Amino acid sequence: MALLDQDVKYLKFKTYLPCYCPHCKKTFNVEKRDVKYLNFTGVYEGADVDVKISPYLNVFEQESSIPLKEGDLFEDLKCPSCNKSLVNPDIVCGDCGSPVGEVILSAYSRLIPFFSCLKVGCEWHGLTRADERHIKIKIPRQEMPEQDQKLRIQTYQEVPYGYTTELASLEAGRCLQCKNPKCVEGCPVNVDIPGFIKCIREDDFDGAAKVVKEKNVLPAICGRVCPQENQCEEKCILGIKTKPVAIGNLERFVADWERKMDLVKIPIIKTKLNKRIAVVGSGPSGLTVAADMLQYGYSVTMYEAFHEAGGVLVYGIPEFRLPKSIVNFEINYLRELGLRFEMNHVIGKILTIDELLEHFDAVFIGVGAGLPKFMNIPGEALGNVFSANEYLTRMNLMKAYLFPEYDTPKPRGTKVAVIGGGNVAMDCARTAIRTGASDVTIVYRRSRQELPARHEEVRHAEEEGIKFRLLTNPVQYLGTDGNMVKGIECIKMKLGEPDASGRRSPVPIEGSNIVLPVDLVVVAIGNGSNPIIFQTTPNLNRNKWGNIEVNQQTNETSIPYVYAGGDIVTGSATVIEAMGAGRIAANAMHKKLSAKTKKTTNSN
Amino acid sequence: MFQILRKQEMAKGTIIRFEINAPKIAKKVQAGQFVIVRINDTGERIPLTVADKDEFSGTITLIFQVVGKTTALMRSLKQGDLIKDIAGPLGQPAHVSNIGTVVMVGGGTGVAILHHVAKAFKEAGNYVIGILGARDRDMLILEEEMTAICDELVITTDDGSYGDRGFVTDSLKKYLGERSDIKMVYAIGPIVMMKFVSKLTEKYKVPTMVSLNPVMIDGTGMCGGCRVTVDNKVKFCCVDGPDFDGHKVDYEELEKRNSLYLKDEKASLLFSIR
Repeated sequence: MALLDQDVKYLKFKTYLPCYCPHCKKTFNVEKRDVKYLNFTGVYEGADVDVKISPYLNVFEQESSIPLKEGDLFEDLKCPSCNKSLVNPDIVCGDCGSPVGEVILSAYSRLIPFFSCLKVGCEWHGLTRADERHIKIKIPRQEMPEQDQKLRIQTYQEVPYGYTTELASLEAGRCLQCKNPKCVEGCPVNVDIPGFIKCIREDDFDGAAKVVKEKNVLPAICGRVCPQENQCEEKCILGIKTKPVAIGNLERFVADWERKMDLVKIPIIKTKLNKRIAVVGSGPSGLTVAADMLQYGYSVTMYEAFHEAGGVLVYGIPEFRLPKSIVNFEINYLRELGLRFEMNHVIGKILTIDELLEHFDAVFIGVGAGLPKFMNIPGEALGNVFSANEYLTRMNLMKAYLFPEYDTPKPRGTKVAVIGGGNVAMDCARTAIRTGASDVTIVYRRSRQELPARHEEVRHAEEEGIKFRLLTNPVQYLGTDGNMVKGIECIKMKLGEPDASGRRSPVPIEGSNIVLPVDLVVVAIGNGSNPIIFQTTPNLNRNKWGNIEVNQQTNETSIPYVYAGGDIVTGSATVIEAMGAGRIAANAMHKKLSAKTKKTTNSN
Repeated sequence: MFQILRKQEMAKGTIIRFEINAPKIAKKVQAGQFVIVRINDTGERIPLTVADKDEFSGTITLIFQVVGKTTALMRSLKQGDLIKDIAGPLGQPAHVSNIGTVVMVGGGTGVAILHHVAKAFKEAGNYVIGILGARDRDMLILEEEMTAICDELVITTDDGSYGDRGFVTDSLKKYLGERSDIKMVYAIGPIVMMKFVSKLTEKYKVPTMVSLNPVMIDGTGMCGGCRVTVDNKVKFCCVDGPDFDGHKVDYEELEKRNSLYLKDEKASLLFSIR
């Protein structure tokens, strides 16, 4: 049995542990440096013998006044002061099932029962799992150090700095290493979470990174942008009593560590399959498919409509949330794995899906959320009313915040309103405050509870001075003579009965109209599906939302050997869900193509 | 990277013609479709309608007027220089079919695109009447090409320095009055011109198509910057257009939206000169 010090690592820092008798509360040892053993009276074959047990957690020694063989069992263990039995009949040794002796251990100003096996030679001593858990709950969740709230809105640098190795070790020490880890179930790509946290505890950060990468090709990105509080961390057992283990922060830490220490190695792909895969769209789902298929040994070509690879990771998520250098690093990694890129290729136009099938054995479509939604209210055509996609694309991909150094004009506004309450809305609001807006307001039609954005994003937004106007919905935009927006007329809302989705639907309160003075509006209320691929691929079936219809098990579309995943299938969702969809498609693709090869070779 | 194989200056150097090596695009592009061009790493993405293509030599022709920073930089490129990114073909091709007699109206640089569409209409077997408008003789482009394509060709200039004095609408009105067999009018040019052509043809109940050129970023329907109101519905020019029913387009809104960045354009140009 592994010793306790691996599990409760921080207890190791105390050189020895003061112990008390559970009956008379007398200490077995005083706090002296030279104390090596705790003294007990043991009963062996009816006779009392002196037993000495080491109080150090990282060594376990038993000594007695008479010579004993390994495997001999003490019948009893008694307190030297009150002579009462220390054997706890309810507990048995975690290793060999023998009876155990119990003392009270003083750790972190609280008392915990501590057990040691009565069998000679058995090295088990420690806490029961329930007690370990109590101690772990005592360590607070470690938060990442962050940039100063006032200063960070002047820069585009990432807000959290990430864990130091000490913080990461401390946080990893909180993990209970559950036998049936619920967190893994919560992860769309099933990363071995306890496995990589165990490596962190053992200071094997490189190993931890390898464990993560077995399942997740983009850990540095997921550690930053996954909504862990609704996925792995939501399932964490610690979360019932206290805060869950910061799995996302740890994932980010190991990925950053591996990158910064230059330990990323390009694996050698052993088997080369004589098959070609086309991936349409270079966002998270496409990158996952590409990585998986490259590792299986396929040749993969990726088609991207923009001039830069990364999809939403480069055009959508801003620099201060996900530095572009990290995205480029991950993409270069895939490039070195052998991924071929074809930029400026709008599939459906320059090449159709049918044409791709002529040249490739299978095609994956991961083109993302296409068409921005508008509310269809008066004034949406006014100047300085942007879709979130346009606003973020200008700012991120086209680097408009560096205008006029970069040619794309920067949307300017001092009083900004962002319509919507998702992560994209937070991104827009936080971008606006960094580009010189003095007043940024989120306008959302439901209440705070229903805000779909990650808690961390909402907190960051609030810290940066972004205001929230909840239960408010725009009715129309008002314009100046120069055709620029100057205000939003809004109506107050109240929450009605829960709708089909379980969320309480907002109902307007008649006559509660107000006007917000603004000079820039960003509409961040989601996306519809992009029509380009459908226009030239009529046999591609669509579901009732207009997205691509796929087989849930394989992510294959209505066209054989054409797979799809990500936002083009699910509508607006998260990076990791897109990656999960990519993983399913890659597995199914590999299975189907392998089966096909077998068939053809058999028939030959 | 896309190489410029031939460069030609037209209209006193204010309009430039590039023949660019882009075999994949040349194979696919149809009349009326456009490409998105980004000339260097700091460049913006601008839409340019393809003026011609040669599938066999793998080239596309872009004709553009120098208006902003990107087009000014493009003018400075020489034969043999490279353009960083060209994405396309994008947008819906012009709806070309054999319908009888069509009038093709082009103004300014619009003639460049018009000539591609006119060619397609002629090849489809239509009787093509061309009306070209320009400010003066020097600004008129592609006269020879259009003469070769059109069965009848009228040229108007604002100052009367060449062809008829007046606007394209004057000539169009004459045709609409004289001929009742005109099945369609296709107009490409400045927004004002398309607006007045549409107003005129509405009176004569002649179907009219116009090709719009709003502000665009990605060109794939993703940003919504190019939204125009057609028939009281919001349409995205890049995926639903660029051709729309001229009688239903909200020209006032389009005009206003297109002028939003004039100040920035100037600032950007001044910055690059400095």
